[in-house]
Amino acid sequence: MAFPDRIERTVQIAHPPATVWAALTTAEGLGAWFGNEAAIDLRPGGSAWMRWAEEGYTAQMRVERVEAPAVFAFTWHIYGLPEDDPRRTYVEFTLEPAGAGTRLTVTESGFAQLPGDAYRKAYDGNSEGWAKELGELAGYLDAA
Amino acid sequence: MPPETEAVAEQVFVALADPTRRAILAALASGGPATATDLAGRLPITRQAIAKHLALLAGAGLVRAEPGERRRVRYRLRSAPMQVAQQFLAALARDWDGTLGALQDHLDRSAGGPTVATLHETRGHDD
Repeated sequence: MAFPDRIERTVQIAHPPATVWAALTTAEGLGAWFGNEAAIDLRPGGSAWMRWAEEGYTAQMRVERVEAPAVFAFTWHIYGLPEDDPRRTYVEFTLEPAGAGTRLTVTESGFAQLPGDAYRKAYDGNSEGWAKELGELAGYLDAA
Repeated sequence: MPPETEAVAEQVFVALADPTRRAILAALASGGPATATDLAGRLPITRQAIAKHLALLAGAGLVRAEPGERRRVRYRLRSAPMQVAQQFLAALARDWDGTLGALQDHLDRSAGGPTVATLHETRGHDD
């Protein structure tokens, strides 16, 4: 069973898409509910960041899609990997009118993406895995 | 999910599931490269058992054996497999439910006035 590459959630929000859009795509909005402080250059290719004061963490984002008030997407660093690691996940919000409110879907994908080629070479030769070695260890410990 | 990548992550999680290997990996992470003898001095495990576990960890690619002083083999933690495991943990740790809940709370709080006004306006037009 594989680990998830993609996370998806849909929620109903009792506010119209324009209001939700503002919360998702402005520094004021992002800094109020997502991070503690934020900045955003709202255009494809624009940069954005959010900061969490308590954790002392700043997430750098790259804006990918801006189709007001329906689609907003960005990429960001995978939390926990070194700063210089090129892997990023893609986060996309889609907003659909639903009655007087909004049906908001967020997907984040790319968690299971392959490391770069150079990186991948580092694994070559490690294919034997644990099954055989754990068998050896069990035998060794039994004998000891 | 490419099987080889998943296999790398699995090796990390299998290694971490065992308390002895976890102690060895933790000692290498906190103290840097060490020989089996160094580790035996720091951990409540026999040198022989540590050497065996280190050989297994090296075989699985989680530590790298390198020449040390007096021809003793030193073991260094390899970060690459740990980073693959970290990718999976990142997916499990991503809390979109909590984040979307915060968005809803924020909108209900800050838009309580404006949104109600907007709804009234809309209704006004409909009338």
